[in-house]
Order: sequence, then C-alpha cells, then structure tokens
Amino acid sequence: MELTGADIFVRALQDEGVEFVFGYPGGAVLHIYDALYRQDKVNHVLVRHEQAATHAADGYARSTGKPGVVLVTSGPGATNAVTGIATAYMDSIPLVVFTGQVPTHLIGNDAFQEADNIGITRPCVKHNYLVKDVTQLAETIKKAFYVATTGRPGPVVVDIPKDITALKTEYRYPDKVTIRSYNPVQVGHVGQVKRAVNLMLGARRPIFYTGGGVILGNAAGALTKLAQALNFPVTNTLMGLGGYPATDRQFVGMLGMHGTYEANMAMHHCDVLVAVGARFDDRVTGNIEKFCPHAKIIHIDIDPASISKNVKVDIPIVGCVNNVLNAMLAELGSNKQQPDVNALKDWWQQIDEWRSRDCLRYDSDSDRIKPQYVIETLYRVTHGDAFITSDVGQHQMWAAQFYKFDKPRRWINSGGLGTMGFGLPAAMGVQFAHPDATVACITGEGSIQMCIQELSTCRQYSLPIKVVNLNNGYLGMVRQWQEFFYQKRYAMSYMESLPDFVKLAESYGHVGMQITRPEDVEGALIEAIRLKDRLVFMDFLTDREENVYPMIPAGGGQNEMILI
Amino acid sequence: MRHIISILIENEAGALSRVAGLFSARGYNIESLTVAPTEDPSLSRMTLVTRGTDEIIEQITKQLHKLIDVVKLMDMTEGPHIEREMMLIKVRAQGENRNELKRVSDIFRGRIIDVTDQTYTIEMTGAGDKLDAFVQTLEPGLIIEVVRSGVSGIGRGDRSLKL
Repeated sequence: MELTGADIFVRALQDEGVEFVFGYPGGAVLHIYDALYRQDKVNHVLVRHEQAATHAADGYARSTGKPGVVLVTSGPGATNAVTGIATAYMDSIPLVVFTGQVPTHLIGNDAFQEADNIGITRPCVKHNYLVKDVTQLAETIKKAFYVATTGRPGPVVVDIPKDITALKTEYRYPDKVTIRSYNPVQVGHVGQVKRAVNLMLGARRPIFYTGGGVILGNAAGALTKLAQALNFPVTNTLMGLGGYPATDRQFVGMLGMHGTYEANMAMHHCDVLVAVGARFDDRVTGNIEKFCPHAKIIHIDIDPASISKNVKVDIPIVGCVNNVLNAMLAELGSNKQQPDVNALKDWWQQIDEWRSRDCLRYDSDSDRIKPQYVIETLYRVTHGDAFITSDVGQHQMWAAQFYKFDKPRRWINSGGLGTMGFGLPAAMGVQFAHPDATVACITGEGSIQMCIQELSTCRQYSLPIKVVNLNNGYLGMVRQWQEFFYQKRYAMSYMESLPDFVKLAESYGHVGMQITRPEDVEGALIEAIRLKDRLVFMDFLTDREENVYPMIPAGGGQNEMILI
Repeated sequence: MRHIISILIENEAGALSRVAGLFSARGYNIESLTVAPTEDPSLSRMTLVTRGTDEIIEQITKQLHKLIDVVKLMDMTEGPHIEREMMLIKVRAQGENRNELKRVSDIFRGRIIDVTDQTYTIEMTGAGDKLDAFVQTLEPGLIIEVVRSGVSGIGRGDRSLKL
C-alpha cells in the first residue's frame, strides 16, 4: 500500500523504535503532525522553544545512550534549533533532527519561513540530508539514525520539504544500510594495543585521563577493571565524570582549568599518560607548551582526527574505546611483565600528599549559603544516585567538583559548547527517559532564564524535576574572571531586576522555595525530594562573591594553579 | 609545504560546500580547487592544493576523511605524481610584439587559440610553476586577462586513486 511521506515518516520512527519526539509544530510540518496525531506509538513532547527541543532530546540521549529525536518546522523553527544541534555536535551526542522545509518548487525563492537549513547546520552536524524524492525518505531516515549513532556519534539533520510529506509511495524500511564512504573503525590495532600495554607496565608515574568517549562508548566497566588491575590513578574530564567511580580511592578528581590539585599535578608529573576517549581540549591542557612535559602518551579514540590534533601522541589507537580497553585487559592477562609495584607505591604516596592539600575546601562555617555546601548536601540527600543536569558557569564547576558520580550517564552538561539554558530542557529529556528517577537541574539565575519558558512544558507533562538555583545575583563565572583579570570592573555581569523565582514557579503551577540560611539547605532539599510528583524550584540565595577554586589561569600550565 | 590532495567524493548537491566549509571553518587555506564528475557519474574527483606543516596536512586529510560524502582521498605529493594546470591568457599583441609573443609562447609549448589585430589568446598546460614562469616572462602591461583552471593531479604508474 502506498503511504504519504508524512505517514512514512511516522512509520519509520516507529520501526526505528523511537519513544519520544521533542518538537514544535509549524506550517511546513503540518502533514507530519497530522500523521503523528493519528497514531499512538511515538510520543510527541511539545516544548516551548525549539532550542529546548534539541536540548531535551540531547538529555534523553545522554542519559540512555539512545538517539534523541527532534521535529521542528522550517525557517525559525530550524534556526532556533541550531544552538541545541551545535551543543550536541561539540559533545558528540547522537541526535536526529528533522526540520521542515518549504515545498521543493519554492526552495531558493525566499519563501515564507524559508531558511537554508542544510547550509546553516552544515558546520555543526555530523551530516545532513535534504530529501528531494519521497521514495528516498525511508532510507534517508535509516541512514540518519545509522550515521548519528555509529562511530563518533553526533547530530544528523534531515530537511524535509512540505510537498514530500504529501506525496505517496510504497513504504519499506531497510533493516540496515551501508554507506560506501562511511565505515567507522571498531577494533583497535593489535600491535598498537600490545605496545601500549608494554608502555603502561613499564610506567613509574602513570595516569588515566578519560573523557566523554568512555561514557558514549559504554566503556566505564572496562575502564574500571583495567585501572584497578593496574592500580593506576584516574582523572576524568568534565565530560567523562562517571566513567570511573568518583568515590573510589584511585579517582583523583576532575582535571583541567577547575580540576583538583592532585589531578593536575599528577598530569604534570606523569611519565605515561593514557588518554581514553578524550580530546585534549584547551580547558584540560592549559598552556599546551607546558602540558605533561615528561609523558609518553597513549591515546585511544574512535575519531582519528582527534588524535594528534592538539598534542602529539606516541601510541595512537583508533577504535571503539570499549573494544580497545577490553583488548588491553586481555593483553594484560597474557603479558609476562608486571607493574612496577614499588614505583607505583611512591607515586601514590606523592599523589596522596597532593591530595592532602584538600584543594576543594571552603569556608563551611560561613553564615551565608555556600554553593559548594548546597551541592554536597544534594549529593547526600540523593545518596549520590540522582541524574544531575547543569547549565553553564560557576554552578556547573561546583556540581562537577562536589557531586561524586559513581555511574556513567548521570552527569548531563554542555561541556564543549558551554550552552547556558541547557540544564532545564535537558532535565526534561532525562526525566522522560527515567520517569521514576530523581532528576535535579543545578543552575544559576543567569542560565535558568535562558530557557525558563520550559517550566510550562514541565507543567504540561508533570515532570517532577528538582531545580537547584544557585542564585548569587551575578553571572558568577564572568564576575570571577572580572575580579581576577579586570580589576573588579563588573561589566554587565550583574543581574538586575531578577524575577521572584518562587512566584514564577508557582505561576507555572510548581512548588517554589527560597532558601536564605545555611541551616535551611538540607531541609529544603529533603522536602523537595519528598514532593515526588512535583517540580520544585529551589532558589538558594548564596554567597555572592564565592569563587571556583582551584583555577588554572589562561596561559598557565597544569602545575600553575590558583588555590584558595 | 605545498600539498596536492585528490579526493573521490559522492557526486551530490552540497558535497563541494562541505569541503569548502571545512577549510574555512578550520582556517586551512585553499590555493586551488578543481572538481568534476569521473567516469562513474556517482563520483566526483576533486583536486585541492593547500599549504601547511605536516601536522596541519595530517589534520586536513583526517578531517576530509571524516566528511561522510568523502569516499577516498590521497595526498599526491606523498609519492610520484604528475601535476597539470591549464591556463588561458589574453595578451596585447601589437606591432613588433606580435612575433616576440608567438616565439615565447612556442618556447613554453603554448598554443595561440584566438587572434585579433590587437590580441592573442594563448592556451598553455603544465605544472603550476611553468605557468607562473610564462606569466613572469611577459611584460605586465601586456597581460589583459589570466584564467587558470587550478591544478589536477594523478599518480604515476601503478599509483592510483580509485574505488
């Protein structure tokens, strides 16, 4: 039987096993929305702004490992989605974003709500497709999911002109597709794995530096086994938190600009660096000239272009990190060489000495609410088992430092692009995927206002997200830099005329709380968790000029930290 | 170092813009770029001349590989290869200059393909530096128009870029 393009679209999503589509209707996608209306397998979630649709799909993808799906209309619908697409691209998150397009005969005509979606999204997608023939629609959708989820994952845009959704053809959804120009490497080179293991076994001051690739590649188990078999310290990037249990003794904390003293010092002094699914980002390396001056570097990554991009490495291994780490475990079992126990003992002694600096300490006797204390308390009352999303800024760094993630896919934040406004919509996607879990969005009064309209979506779908607003009345990270590097000239970092967040939350039908005293923090968080079915917006008025420490200033090496 | 990179790419709308966009987004320079379909109409072949350190060229080839539409590529300059470029050049050819221009063009194995009482149009093929040399031989005042095709390259002997 012949189906319309719109029905083919919906059938393809069903056959792909899509549970949720996050979207917003408009003229160019009306046929599709009608087809969605006539079925009940694929759930459509109506957001309040297309940026939030992409972030919600992104949160869904990060917390499940499944691709997030977005549907928006042409023109402004698509351009609004771009920030979310770029966010997913920078963090290698699998999304399939369907954008409406004006009818094929009007393309290029400056038609109403026309934008060149393919051109606009090209630099921030893994790939994109314009569907010009309805007979190609089903296969293109299959290809989009295949490209988005394999290799180094990423967002794929499929631009569908309106007339295509009305034309009819026979529906057939391929079981699999092959693309002759796209064959991601799976297994690491055996010889390289062997060389790497030999180098690791000879190491005197080794460290694992692991990133988002461990999370995306479902390799946390293999990493943990390997690191524990070797008794090597492990540091995680911002994107890699949860890839190794944070409460384990071998974990030395996050590294980089706001990483721990022990992690950065261990990086600086290591002799063998094992980088796994991490990309030597400038926020990690600090001054590249001063980066790991004594180290031989092993780099495991699925993307060859990530290897030797910023830092020249000695043993590159291209492959799926989980496969490579398991191959290393197997090689370790058969290798006759033993780790240098005495050298490792000395190394751990040195690391523990750095650790004893207690670089994350803060004034816990303050009569003002310390943001760090809020996160520590949240960690305690959720037993470390919540899904935590965050926005971008100081609160993000404190969340990364003080919430100890023992499991992967629990820490959901925009690391690469640093997108303010990400937290709340991402939390929606996480909550849809895990309806019974505690999902908390750690945010600030600056970030939350960038997608605050989603409180309405949360009401519509009764999403019981716990919003932890660390409100210092400043764009805190900007203010911190201005304090350090611009002689406290606080240009535009002060937020005047903030809303009454309690009333605002209540006006959307949620529970609002304002917390002003440290002694009320724990009670508020416990109460919020107890209100299982309600979104609770907790507005914590925190110490206004608290800074994030430690900090590597721009141009500094990893051993040149500003400590409290 | 100057590199000639040959690329087999899906012959689809937008494929060229993906390559050009990659170069501008990552700040690589393109000295010349030519593209046309091959004997297999589903494939285009692109020849791209760029400059950079070994590290930059390595990144360029990796990033090109990463584009989904790129099927295969080869850095021609890594091995024996032949490079050719075609130039059409229109020069002022009056009075005693006419003979001299014809003579120089012959030396460079150029062909005069259009003649008026005021001008010659010369077609010339060769490696880029030969064309440069010819242009430099001419008095700048004589040149009316220069059109260059950009470089095409092919491997010598058994060295070839195909599926």
